[in-house]
Amino acid sequence: MVYMTTVSNNQRNRIHPHKFTMWVAMGSIVMMFAGLTSAYIVRSNQGNWLEFNLPVVFWYSTLVILCSSLFIHLSVKAFKAREMQRYRLLITITMALGLLFSVLQFVGFSDLKTHGVQLLGVGSNPAASFLAIICGLHILHVLGGVVVLMIIFLRAYSNKSKNYNPVPVEIVATYWHFVDILWIYLFIFFSIIHT
Amino acid sequence: MSNEAILHSSVVAHDHHDSHDDTHHEHHHHETFITKYVFSQDHKMIAKQFLITGMFWAVLGGFMSVLFRLQLGYPDSTFPWLEDIIGKWGKGGHISAEAYYALVTTHGTVLVFFVLTAGLSGTFANLLIPLQVGARDMASPFMNMLSYWFFFLAGLVMLSSIFVETGPFSGGWTAYPPLSALGSASPGSKTGMDLWIIAMALFVVSSLLGGLNYIATILNMRTKGMSMTRLPLTIWALFFTAVLGVLSFPVLLSGFILLIFDRNFGTSFYLSDIFVSSVGALPNEGGSAILFQHLFWFLGHPEVYIILLPAMGMVSEILSTNARKPIFGYMAMVGSMFAIAILAFLVWAHHMFVTGLNPFLGSIFVLLTLLIAVPSAIKVFNWITTLWRGNIRFTPAMLFAIGFVSLFISGGLTGIWLGNSAIDIHLHDTYFVIAHFHIVMGVASMFGMFAGIYHWFPKMYGRYLNNNLGYIHFWLTMIGAYLIFWPMHYQGFAGMPRRYYDFSVWESFKQFADLNRFISTVATIVFFVQIMFLFNFFYSIFKGRKVTSTNPWSSNTLEWTTPINPGHGNWVGEIPEVHRWAYDYGKDGKDFIPQTTPVGDDESVH
Repeated sequence: MVYMTTVSNNQRNRIHPHKFTMWVAMGSIVMMFAGLTSAYIVRSNQGNWLEFNLPVVFWYSTLVILCSSLFIHLSVKAFKAREMQRYRLLITITMALGLLFSVLQFVGFSDLKTHGVQLLGVGSNPAASFLAIICGLHILHVLGGVVVLMIIFLRAYSNKSKNYNPVPVEIVATYWHFVDILWIYLFIFFSIIHT
Repeated sequence: MSNEAILHSSVVAHDHHDSHDDTHHEHHHHETFITKYVFSQDHKMIAKQFLITGMFWAVLGGFMSVLFRLQLGYPDSTFPWLEDIIGKWGKGGHISAEAYYALVTTHGTVLVFFVLTAGLSGTFANLLIPLQVGARDMASPFMNMLSYWFFFLAGLVMLSSIFVETGPFSGGWTAYPPLSALGSASPGSKTGMDLWIIAMALFVVSSLLGGLNYIATILNMRTKGMSMTRLPLTIWALFFTAVLGVLSFPVLLSGFILLIFDRNFGTSFYLSDIFVSSVGALPNEGGSAILFQHLFWFLGHPEVYIILLPAMGMVSEILSTNARKPIFGYMAMVGSMFAIAILAFLVWAHHMFVTGLNPFLGSIFVLLTLLIAVPSAIKVFNWITTLWRGNIRFTPAMLFAIGFVSLFISGGLTGIWLGNSAIDIHLHDTYFVIAHFHIVMGVASMFGMFAGIYHWFPKMYGRYLNNNLGYIHFWLTMIGAYLIFWPMHYQGFAGMPRRYYDFSVWESFKQFADLNRFISTVATIVFFVQIMFLFNFFYSIFKGRKVTSTNPWSSNTLEWTTPINPGHGNWVGEIPEVHRWAYDYGKDGKDFIPQTTPVGDDESVH
C-alpha cells in the first residue's frame, strides 16, 4: 500500500462525502415531491375536484413518526457512547414505529374508502388519487428507511468486526429525520389545500 | 474522509506493496476479469463501459434514422431487404406507418437519453471528474457501478421492447398522453409503452445515482490547492450538468408515476372522457393531458442543457489547450454556465406555446427564454476570443471543438426564432424545430463528444486514434450535418410538419420531394462515416500508435500527471498538489505551465 500513502491530511474534510451525497439525494427527493405537489395545485385549479376531509388517523401517524425521530436521535447518541445494547433496543423501536406509521397511513386510506372516497381505479377523482400516490410514495420512502435500519441493526450484531464508525448511523438518522419532516410538510400541505 | 479510506472501503483490495511499474497497475489489485471489466468500481472502467454502451445505442438509434429517412426520401421505392431485417414492419420493402412512428420515437428516446445523456456525461463525468480534481475515485465507487448497471438494465428493457409483437412505443419521445396512457390508442401503446416506461424509470435511477456521486466528488474530494476557481471548465460544466439532472429527473419520475397509474390503475390524472374510436368514451373524468406536458418539460428543458453543458465544458478545455492560449474569460464562462443552469428551470413552457397556454404567461416565458441568449453569447464570444491569434494545433479533437462552436451558433440563432411565441405559432412542430434542435443539441453535443473522445483517448487506452481517419470523419460529418439540417429550415418555413409518414400525398409539400431525397442520401452517407469512426476507435484500442509521454497534448490539467495507463487509484504515490488554475498557456514565454507547478516569485497568481 506504499503508493496509496495517504494525503488525507491534505484534504479539507469539511463533511464526509457520503453524508454530503445524502444531502444532495434529499434535495432530489424534495424535487420529486415538489413536482407532485405542484401538479396537485395545477390540477386542483382546473375544476372537477372532489373535496373531502383528511382522515383523523393521520394525526396519530404524525405523532408516531415524530416519536420515531426522537428514538433514532437517542439511538445515534447511544451508538456514539458505545452502549450497543441500548442502541439496538432504540433502533428496534424506531423500526417498529416506522412500520406502525405505514400501517396507520393505510388505516387512513381505508377510512377514506369507508367514507366513500375512492382513491384509485375507474371512477376515482384526481383529488383522492393524488393523496394516495403522494402518501404512497412517502410510505415507500419510510419503508426504504426501515430496510436500511434493518441492515445497520444486523451489522451491530456482527461479531466479525467491531465497527464504531458513526458515519453510516448518522446518515441513516439524517434520512429518517428527513422523511419525518417530509411527512409534516405533506400533512400541512394537504390540510391547507383541503380547507 | 480521505480518498484512500473510500477506496479501501470498496471491494477492490489494495494489497500490493511494491513495484512502481507505471504501465501495469491493474495487477496491483489482483482483480479478476469480473471485477475489472464487468462489475468494476474503477471510475475509468465505468467511463469506458458508458462510452461503449452509448456507442451501441448510437449505432442503433442512428440506423433507425437511416430507415425512416428512407421512407421520407424514397416514399415510392421499395427496398426488399427491409423485409429481411424488420419483418412484417417492412412488408413489401415498405416501412409500415406503425414502424415509422416506432422508429422515430425510439430514435429520439435513445439518442436523447441513452447516447447524449448516459453516453456523454456518463462517460466524461466518470473519466474526468476524479482525474481532473485530483481524487483516487468517486465519492462512492459502489454507487457509481450501480449507476452503470441501472443504465445497462434500462437499455436491455428498451431493447426488448423492439422485439414484442405489438412493437415498441410509437407516440413520440415526449410520451404525451393520451397516446402513452391508453393501451388502445395504438399498437405501440400496449406492451411497448410498458417497457418504455420501465426502461425510463431505470434510466432515471441511473442518472440520479451518477449525478449524486459527481456532485459529492467535485465538492468534497478535490486535492489540496484545487479551489473551485482553479477547476478546469470541464469540471464546472459536469457539475452544473449533475445539479440539473439531480433536480429535474425526479420530477420526470413523478410524471411517469402518475402516467403508470393512469395506464394501469384507472386514475384520471391525464385522461379525461375523450372518445376513442372502436372503444367509445372513456370512463375517466377530468384529467388534464397538459399536466403531463408541464411535468415532462420541467425535466425536458433542463435535459437539453444536461446534454449540452458537458460538451461546452470539454470544448472550452480542448480549445484552450490546442490554441495554446488561456481560456478567455474563465469566470464569465463559469458565470454563464451558472446562468444557463438557473434559466434551464424557468423556460419549460416555451415547448407549450400552442397548448392553450395563457398568452400573458407565454410572454414571460418568451422573455426568460430569450435571456438564455445572453450567457450563450458570452460563451461563444469567449470561445472565439480564445481562438483569436492563438497558436492553433488542428488535431481532430480541436477540429471537432471548433465545429461545435460553429454548430452552436447556427443552431442557437434559430432558438431565438422559436423562443418567440408569435413566430412559434407558425413554426412549432415543423421541420424548422427538427433542424433547430438537431443542430444545437444533437449534432453539437455529438461533436463535443467526438472532441472529447479524440482528446482523451490517449488517457483511456494509452494509444492514439488514427489522425487521418479523424480528419475524414470530421469533414464529412461537419459538411454532412449542415447539408442534412440546413435545408430543413426552409421546409419548416413552408409549414412542413414533423412526424408525418408520407409527404408525397400533400400537394403543398410535393415540391420538397427532391430535397427530401437529397437529405436522406446525405444522412445515409454520414451514418456510414460514423461506422468508419467506430472502426478507428476499436482498431486503435488494440493497434493504435502507442502514447510515449504522459502528457501528449502538453496540457496543464491533472489527468496528464498520472501514468500513461493509470491503475485504480490513478496516482502512484501522493496525489499532486495544485498551485494554479488550469489555463496557464503561453504565459511568460512558457508554452504551458501544469497546475502542479508552484507559482514563481515573479508570477501573478490565479
